[in-house]
Formats: sequence, structure tokens, C-alpha cells
Amino acid sequence: MADSSTIMGLHQEEEHHPELLHHFAEAGQQRDAASLGMWVFLATEVMFFGGMFCAYLVYRHWYFGDFGAASKSIDATLGATNTAVLICSSLTVVLAVWAAQTARRALLIGMLVFTMLFGLAFLGIKSKEYYDKFEEHHVPGASFNFDHVPVPGHPGEYANPRHAEIFFSLYFVMTGLHALHMIIGLGIFTGLLVMAWKGRFTPEYHTPVEIGGLYWHFVDIVWIYLFPLLYLIDRHP
Amino acid sequence: MTGHESAKSPLKMYFAVWAALLMFTFITYKVAFIELGPFNAVVALVIATLKATLVALFFMHVWHAGERLIKVVVGGVVFFLLLLLTLTMADYLTRPWS
Amino acid sequence: MSMEIAIPQPVERENYLNKEYGALSWLLTTDHKRIALLYLVSITFFFFIGGFFALLIRLELLTPAGDLVQADTYNKLFTMHGMVMVFFFLIPSIPAVLGNFLVPMMIGAKDLAFPRINLLSWYLYIIGGALMLHCMLTGGVDTGWTFYTPFSTNFTNTKIVEAGIAIFIAGFSSILTGLNFVVTIHRMRAPGMTWSRLPLFIWAHYATSIIQLLGTPVIAITIVLVAAERALHLGIFDPKLGGDPLLFQHLFWFYSHPAVYIMILPSMGVVTEIIACFSRKRIFGYSFVAFSSIAIAVFGFLVWAHHMFVAGISVYSALVFSFLSYSVALPSAIKVFNWTATLYKGSIRYDAPMLYAFGFLGLFTIGGLTGLFLAALGIDVHVTDTYFVVAHFHYIMVGGAVMGYLGGMHFWWPKISGRLYPEGWARLAALIVFIGFNLTFFPQFILGYMGMPRRYYDYSHMPEFQVLHVLSTAGSTVLGVGYLLPMVYFLWSMRYGKPASDNPWNAAGLEWKTASPPPTFNFDEEPVVTWEAYNYEELDAPPHKQEVTVG
Repeated sequence: MADSSTIMGLHQEEEHHPELLHHFAEAGQQRDAASLGMWVFLATEVMFFGGMFCAYLVYRHWYFGDFGAASKSIDATLGATNTAVLICSSLTVVLAVWAAQTARRALLIGMLVFTMLFGLAFLGIKSKEYYDKFEEHHVPGASFNFDHVPVPGHPGEYANPRHAEIFFSLYFVMTGLHALHMIIGLGIFTGLLVMAWKGRFTPEYHTPVEIGGLYWHFVDIVWIYLFPLLYLIDRHP
Repeated sequence: MTGHESAKSPLKMYFAVWAALLMFTFITYKVAFIELGPFNAVVALVIATLKATLVALFFMHVWHAGERLIKVVVGGVVFFLLLLLTLTMADYLTRPWS
Repeated sequence: MSMEIAIPQPVERENYLNKEYGALSWLLTTDHKRIALLYLVSITFFFFIGGFFALLIRLELLTPAGDLVQADTYNKLFTMHGMVMVFFFLIPSIPAVLGNFLVPMMIGAKDLAFPRINLLSWYLYIIGGALMLHCMLTGGVDTGWTFYTPFSTNFTNTKIVEAGIAIFIAGFSSILTGLNFVVTIHRMRAPGMTWSRLPLFIWAHYATSIIQLLGTPVIAITIVLVAAERALHLGIFDPKLGGDPLLFQHLFWFYSHPAVYIMILPSMGVVTEIIACFSRKRIFGYSFVAFSSIAIAVFGFLVWAHHMFVAGISVYSALVFSFLSYSVALPSAIKVFNWTATLYKGSIRYDAPMLYAFGFLGLFTIGGLTGLFLAALGIDVHVTDTYFVVAHFHYIMVGGAVMGYLGGMHFWWPKISGRLYPEGWARLAALIVFIGFNLTFFPQFILGYMGMPRRYYDYSHMPEFQVLHVLSTAGSTVLGVGYLLPMVYFLWSMRYGKPASDNPWNAAGLEWKTASPPPTFNFDEEPVVTWEAYNYEELDAPPHKQEVTVG
């Protein structure tokens, strides 16, 4: 009897926090669990991209000049612009988290919208890049063509088109999977926007904004490495 | 709701980090066009790591994380990533025929 | 509490099994115990599919000529056997069934940290499994479970992409299980359940989760690259473009070697619990056993290239990897010695779970020691791709992982089902499994050492191997009987078994302090832990001291 009454008591207590799930003792435990869960998930993401970085490292070491020549054919200005766009989106994300912490609903909604606009801008610029590559026949496959492209720093030498094809395979897989993560991020932020619109977030409960933000920042960090590795190697004349 | 947070507002820090990130992006973009030999890659990677560290420490709040666990997770995964890269490269760098 | 069971009760206590009925109450459940049972049914299904392929392989090898199946059918048989057993049985086996059921209860939590993600991981497993089944029924794959390039990317015309997607999805399920365990063990422990009081089963699962989290994403991206190479004509591993097929092997084994420890570590955790209980002693060297689990998880990531010694990697790095491979032997040996020391002067009981644990000890030791042969560069060159390797890893995966899994199923069956299994039959089954296993796989050591290559369906130019192959095939049928028996009597006991008391083994551990079967939220009252793990001396002390814990 005593047992059941304490359990009843617990349930009544829980009703004070509508977002507290039944199996957590208190809101702090739930928040810490969610945050650790996202960090651990990001750790798996690091290893996921790590496999591709490993492949990149091996071939960059083997086909140094060919990778330089291939990299030079990508528009570095577009890449740099995209980097800046992503950095700005990271700023709006931290501002959104801050707004949720300090109960500024209008600012929160605004920042979430801005983040998504930056995300869309990134994807727009990215598709322009892909379009250019397609026009130039730099997409790996039957119509791939990379003949007579000079190797930077070695006058009179031409890049081996087959090795350049490996570079572009890596380029498309790495940026493609990064873009896929951006699209998933836009999905997450759409959900956050709906929740924010409904006024679900309070200074006590805003874990979804925080862990959604962690995910967004991680995607930003991946790009921070992709940018120099894919766009900036052997740029100099 | 409105008064107490302005004293400890992190906004200044957020904007400073944002400015630093944009500056680093500009620098790495410009340096890439200068001939530095093997140091082009070094500079690019060092700047990328600086930027990533800034994002992790301040935007992802690793710096202010209340407990060590988050730092252990971050440090741990970097360790295992480097393990993958170095042990794989250990093979490629010592193959006499390639 | 045990008093209540003795009195015949007209109304059964409410527990997780009888709380709700109907298919939806299972398919939409977020209760970790129900999800564990969903996993139990699904992995058993895949176990028997994989076993069926194994039986066909053994039947083909009964005679030297390739007379039962064609060569390419045989290739598909061993490929699908490997893929099903590794990705759809062994990797989820103990973590997703026993781990799912026990991890929250052992640490005194109401559920895993993310119950809905737990359910999601089962659905992902089912989607992956359904794809795999479809892939099997429409032609299968013939590359071996390792997907080696360039055969998988450029030459074979079997269903690589589909199998790859299936394994990718199942891998996601495995990642989510590991994520849930890590967060649960960090965040959900009951008051007083410090790290040094955790059962070693929990430590083993923690180490397993680390591997699942850090390894699985690497094979995921590797499979994505293989699929992209086939479907989108990208060229990452393609030798025609100057790509390196060995890079695939590096990335593949970065996961797939540690994956062996995903299979064996949980089994070690099970065996630790069983040995402590059935020798009525605190486990010898608790912290050594705990940290050796973590050490195995970390060292497991340092040794992968020993699968590639003859593949053409640099001899210098082969030397390093050979040396590092020995380092895994240290924590493994620490465990074996500590288990043995726990047995020393214990009051040992030979119930079925303990028989499996003894089986594990012997078979794992043989599997581990032959692993050292293979880690030695010179011997490995001699026996690579022979039945010696096949025998070695079956001693680890079947003799180790499956033995532990069956031992654990028997040990916790009273808790899971609320019924006792028939002890006599269970001991007989344990004996049959042990004999059948050794009869199947010991001859393969000899075969391999004499030079029988693996993955050959026809050995008519070396008919002298037939005697050993016949022994092995005979053993596999015995083993098959040994695996069918528990399934039959477990099902039987669910209806006709004697009701189990809350703690039929008088075992330590929080999971035994709640009802059998447990209520939905595991404990009627949140437990507060004030004792060390494996306090068997206290449990077995004269009754007047015991009053404290009973009251």
C-alpha cells in the first residue's frame, strides 16, 4: 500500500512538468541524458566522415599533383562564400539557443528562420557548383573528361584524368553527404520552428533547441575541414 | 526575465567568435593563393582546426560544459579518428613499392 | 517477497507481460523488456536461417566432389551464412536481447534513457532484415561477407547494393542500441549505484557500446562508398582509376575486427555473472575484469590489419600490427585467469547456465590461443584462408559468443518469463551443444593446418580430407539438435514450466530483487544501493544476518 501511494505521489509530481518523461527522476537528468545522447551521436558522425577523410588522405598522398589540378577547377570563391554563410548560420543558431534560454520567443523564431535561410543559401550555392561541374564534364562516369589540365607547380605536365576522377568521386561523396546532413538539419530546424511557434520552449525546457544546435554546429565543423581540403589545395599560380 | 541576464550575457562572446571565424576564413582563402610549398597545407589545416576548436568550445559550449564527460567524449573521438588515419597511413607510407 | 509466491494466488501480479495484450501493445511498446523480446524472436528467426545455410555448406562438403550445389550457389551460401550470422544474429544477440532486458534493471532504472529510440532501433533492424531476406530470395550475394573490392564493385553481378543497404540500416540499429546503453549507464543509475558497484555485465556492455559507436559508422561509410561505386560509377577503390582495393580492406576491418569484440564482450559479461553466482563468490579482481573490458574495446581498434597480412600491405606495418595484435591477449587472459580464480574454492553448482559458462571458458581459450597463432606473421602466411582460420573464429563466435548467449538465456529465463525451464533437458542440451560444437570445428583446425582452403565447394583433388569433413558435418547435425532443444523447451516452459520465484538462483544483482517477471517500470520502489556487487558472502551468511536485506 505504501508503495502504491508513493508511486501515485510521483505521478502527481510529474504532472508539474509536462515535458518530463516517466522514466526520468527529474528534468535535469532528462536534459543531461539528451545532451550526452547528441554528443555521442556526433561522435559516431565524426567516424562516419572519418572514413572518407581517410580515403582522401591516402589518395592525396599518392596523387598529389593530380589532386591539385582537380581542386583548382573548383570555384574557391563559391566555397569561401559558402563557408561564410555556414559560419553566419552557426551564429544565428547560438543566438537561437540564447533566445530560448532567456524566453525571447520572437527572437528565437527569427533566429531559427535565419538559420534555415542560411542553410538554403548554402545548398543553393552548392547546386550552382554541382551544375558547373556537370557542364564541365567533371562528374565521374562515362562522360568524365579531364584531359590536358596542367599540374600546378609543374609546367608542361598534365594531370592524369583517372586520378582526377578519384578526386571528383571523393568531392561528390564528401560534399554530397555533407549536403544530405544539411538537408536533415533543415528538417530538424523546421520541427524546432513549429515547436517554437507553439510556444513549447521555456527557460526550463529548451533541450531540443540545444541539441538541434549541436547537430548544426557539427555539420558546420565538417565543412570547415572540407573547405580547405577540397577547394584550397595548390591554389597558388 | 529581462534584467538579470544582461550582466552575464554571452552575446559579446558569440559575436567575437563569429568575427574570428569569418576572419580566419578570409585569411585561409587568401593564404591559399600564396606559394608556401608544403606549408600551404599546414597553414590551411591549422586554421581549419582553430576554427573547428572555436566552434566546439564556444558555440557548442564545450568550454563551459559543467562536467568532464563531454570533454572526454570529444577527446576520445578525436583520438580514435587519428588512430584510423595514422594506422592506415602507417601502411601507405611504408610500402616500398608505391 | 518470496513468501508471496509460495502461497497460491488467484490473481497474477501485474507485470510487463500481462499488463497489456494484443499485437499493437507489442509493436508500439517502448518498454525495454518487451523490445528485448521482440529482438529475441527476430534474431532467433535469423539464427535458424543462417544455420540452415551452414547446414547446406556442411552437406556439400560431405563428399569431395561438388555434387550438392553448383560453385556459384556455394559462394552465395557461405556469403549469406556469414552476413546473416554476423550482422543479424551475433551483433544484436546479447546486447539487443539480454542487454536490452537487463541493463536498466541491473542499474536500477525504469527504462533505457531513450525508449522510443530503442523501439526505432528494432524497426531499423527489421527493415534491414527484410531487405536482407528479399536480397537472399532474389539471388543473394556471392562475395563473401567481407564485400572485398574490386570483385564486389567491378565484377560480380549479384545484389551488392541491396545487401549493402540492408547492412547499413542494421548498422544504424546497432549504433542506436550502443548510444542508448552509454547514455543509460552514465545518466540513469540508481542512487548508490556507483561505477565500482556496477555488475561486470554492465561494464562489458559499456565497452561493447563504445565499439558499436566508434566502429559501425566506418563500415557504414565504406558500404556507402561501395554502393556509390556500383550504382553511381564513382571510383574510390577502382584499380582502373588508380584506386586501391586495399583501402577498402583497411576501412572494412577497422570496424569488422572490433566487431568480433562486439560479439564476445557481452558474452564475457554474461559468463562473469554466471560464474560468480554458481560458485557463490565475489568475482576475483573486480576492477581488473572491469577495466580489461574497456582495454579490449580500445586495443581492438589497434589490430585490424592482421586480416590483411597476405593482401599486400607494407611489411613494416604488418610487423607493427602483428605485435599490437598480441596486446589484445593481455586483457583477455586477465579475464580468463580471474574467472578461474573465482572458481577456486567456490561452492560450485553445475546448473545449465554454469555448464554453458564452463563451455565458454574452454572454447574461448582455445579460440583465443589459436588467434595468437594467427597474429604471428609467419604462421598467418601459412594458414591464411584455410579452415584453420574458419575454426579459429568459430571457436570465438560460436564457442564464445553463442555459448555465453545460451548460458545467459538460461540464467535469466526465470526473470524474463517468470517460469523455470526444465533443468534436466537444459543440462542435456548444454552437453549436446558442447560435443556437437567440438566435433564440428575441431577437425577444421586440423584440416586447415593440413592445407584445406576455405570457401572451396569441391576438394576432389585432395580426397584424404574427407574423413575430417565427415566428422565436421556429423558434428554440425549434433550442434543443430543442441540449438533446437532449448528453443523447444523454452517455448514449452512459457506455458507449462513451474512458476519461478523472484530469485531462483539466490543471485546478487538488482534484477533479482524485483518480481519475476518484473513490473513495467522494473521496480515497485526506486532501489537504493548500499552494497557492493557480487556480495555472495553476505547472501549466504547465516539467516540472522540476512534479515536486514529481507526486511
